[in-house]
Amino acid sequence: MSAAVKSSRSRRPWPQGARRVPVGVLREYGIVASFIVLFVTLSVASDNFLTRSNLENILSQQSPTLIVAAAGTLVIVAGGFDLSVGAIVALAGIVTAKVVGAADPWLGVAAGLATGAALGLGNGIITTAGRVSPLIGTLSTTFLIRGGAVLVTAGGLVTIVDPSFATLGQGEIFGVQVSIVVMAATVGLLAFLLAATTYGRGIYAVGGNREAARLAGIRVEIIRASTFVLSGLAAGLAGAILASRVATAQAETAVGLEFTVLAGIVVGGTSIQGGAGAVWRTVLGVLFIAMINNGFTLLGLDPIYQQIVQGAIILAAVAVDAWSRPAAA
Amino acid sequence: MITAVPLSSSAADEGSPQAEVNSTHVELTSVSKRFAGVQALREIDLRIERGAVHAIVGENGAGKSTLGRVLVGAVRPDAGQIRVAGQAVSFRSPHDALVAGITGIAQELALLPARSVLDNVFLGVESRRRFGRVDKAGMSRRFADLADQVGLQIPSRALVRDLSLADRQKVEIMRALARKADLVVFDEPTAALSVDETALLLDTVRRLAATGTTVVFISHFLKEVLAVGDRVTILKDGAHVRTVRTSEESEASLVEGMLGRSLERMFPARPPRPREQRAALEVDRISTRTGIDGVSLRIASGEIVGLAGLVGSGRSELLHAIHSGAGVTSGAVAVDGSPRRIRSPRDGKRSGIALLPESRKDQGLLMERSASENVVLGQLAGIARWGVVRKRSERAVARGLVERLGLAGGRISSPVGTLSGGNQQKVLLARCLLDRPAVLLADEPTRGVDVGAKHSIYELLISLAAEGAAVLFASSEIEEILELPHRALVLREGRIEAELEEGAISEDAVMRVALGASPRGGDVG
Repeated sequence: MSAAVKSSRSRRPWPQGARRVPVGVLREYGIVASFIVLFVTLSVASDNFLTRSNLENILSQQSPTLIVAAAGTLVIVAGGFDLSVGAIVALAGIVTAKVVGAADPWLGVAAGLATGAALGLGNGIITTAGRVSPLIGTLSTTFLIRGGAVLVTAGGLVTIVDPSFATLGQGEIFGVQVSIVVMAATVGLLAFLLAATTYGRGIYAVGGNREAARLAGIRVEIIRASTFVLSGLAAGLAGAILASRVATAQAETAVGLEFTVLAGIVVGGTSIQGGAGAVWRTVLGVLFIAMINNGFTLLGLDPIYQQIVQGAIILAAVAVDAWSRPAAA
Repeated sequence: MITAVPLSSSAADEGSPQAEVNSTHVELTSVSKRFAGVQALREIDLRIERGAVHAIVGENGAGKSTLGRVLVGAVRPDAGQIRVAGQAVSFRSPHDALVAGITGIAQELALLPARSVLDNVFLGVESRRRFGRVDKAGMSRRFADLADQVGLQIPSRALVRDLSLADRQKVEIMRALARKADLVVFDEPTAALSVDETALLLDTVRRLAATGTTVVFISHFLKEVLAVGDRVTILKDGAHVRTVRTSEESEASLVEGMLGRSLERMFPARPPRPREQRAALEVDRISTRTGIDGVSLRIASGEIVGLAGLVGSGRSELLHAIHSGAGVTSGAVAVDGSPRRIRSPRDGKRSGIALLPESRKDQGLLMERSASENVVLGQLAGIARWGVVRKRSERAVARGLVERLGLAGGRISSPVGTLSGGNQQKVLLARCLLDRPAVLLADEPTRGVDVGAKHSIYELLISLAAEGAAVLFASSEIEEILELPHRALVLREGRIEAELEEGAISEDAVMRVALGASPRGGDVG
């Protein structure tokens, strides 16, 4: 009998006792080490990687993603989920383009931001007061918003003729691209909000243990809803940048952005289950994925493998997160 | 195959009943288990006889349930050996234990409510005919035998959701037997049962033993243990005190063995009652959707009041109703004489009411965040300027409080989940203290903490009262109700059924009221 018991097929090799610590360290600093290794490898492997123009190119290309992902980090840490960011980027870009055409660039950006904030507020209300799960709630609003965008544009392009609007996406200030400066400021602000303010503490508490936060007197629903507003605002800004970059706006902009954003957040080591994570992690995560794609191009590798590599990296990041948590008793 | 299958799956031959009683079924040798800094079991040596009812008693936190969970494979011991029928085993899951013939009847039953009794009994072990068709007729025959064995008189087609709790327990036992278990572990099986249902369950337990099944019976109802057990093991602080025949024990001797120390040494001296009776908390006929039915109470500043009652009597519900208006349909709350409108935990906090919730893990702490962050969570505005947290004042505030509570100062930056249960509870208490509450509501303040931490939590509650707070604590541990408060309130079915003054609080008086008109096994009078 004992032999049967011993050879029985209960196997849980990973989250047991001593293994937990190294896995925790992996989650904590895995992205930093991976980032450095990849950066050094690419610098050595390709002459074109470590050049100002290539790095600036990566940053400028990733600016909209970084902005949206930084705000998305707050949503995730608060225990939420925002799938609608790609759709908001599209609609906000269209609104921006239309207002730029009708009035002036500043009003256009303001209108884009307002659109994003309003849509984010809608998401926030639906998922808190409306009690719809964030996943399903923002999945629904994704369709609603994309549909609205098609309706507004009648399926066509909105072209921006005002040349001064191009500054946001294409111009330079002090020798650096404007979009990078805007991105750095936004990401820095969001990082500060999460890491150093009472609001940030509330976000960690709400995502980490909702009932504990509630009993401690934290306004759980307001904090959760407000992270969606920030996410909408960030998507609005990203929409304006993208519209400025290509001088047009259309309903099919930023399709799939939500997945790129989510991938960056997870690869950075922010827990998909809420309550743990940081904006700097997301920055590293997004740039890590961007560097891989950049590497494929620079080294002339077959782009077919690009998606496969990306998928494997995301899977590894999520698994490390799951293993580093104590198994539910 | 037409041979009858013996109930016991072990290879032991079916001897006379006498021989079976004397054979060893399970033997534990220096089994130890440690959870997050608490030694739950210390080198337990234990022999369980085949076909006997082996009772296990001890205080809350003595390690009874952990021992039961080790037996059924739900918990892996850190050290020690387990032998079943003489052979060493190592259970890595409840499945392994079941293969060895051991299973448990959990406090919360795991049945499929929308399926029939028959389906539930044979879930996962359905007899099959060719092509995987379920053999209904064969199962019905076996069902009749099993139902007979446990005394179930419900048709096999009945849906489990329509059954009483006691019948569901029987279904669970039948399920164990259908899996050829010959050792069944009951963990507090009567906690949620009525008096009549309890009698029936004890009857079933005896019946199981009579048919050769070994029963491990974990309970803190000593009368039941004495009535149903052949032998009884007393645990204290995770250690084995003694195992003897129940005929050699009395309730008094069991209690002495369980506590093993005088109550006076465990509990600090009660402070004198406050002289001026200024009411800090007044609750007027509060009723809730959660079952509280017109409760009124008044607690003076500096007074400590204990709230007793069985599981389900509404203790937590009452505390939450006062703290945050949870489920309140009518009634009023006043703090320091002024009426308060309390609709959320925030309102409660503003009114000067702090709550130490029952579950640290689910309602209290952010386990991945630091101890200091957890302490200041309720008072973030106090350590921030323009919404920006000032780390230095955060650390100063947290360190000051935590030192007062006797937690090593250096550890306040480590994740609170890495601290022991007692230290976690101190962190949570520190959060309450930071509110400088006029009223502290504590729900099971010493649950899952070791003896040393218990003592300091008692001292803390007393010093808080001495500083003028009104303290209302709910506890399942009768000694706490006996030794700590100035006054005890006994809840039953959402109503305060008795108010006992210091000196008049006795276990007998409390339990009599808590259990209702017909006390369990006791004489009425």
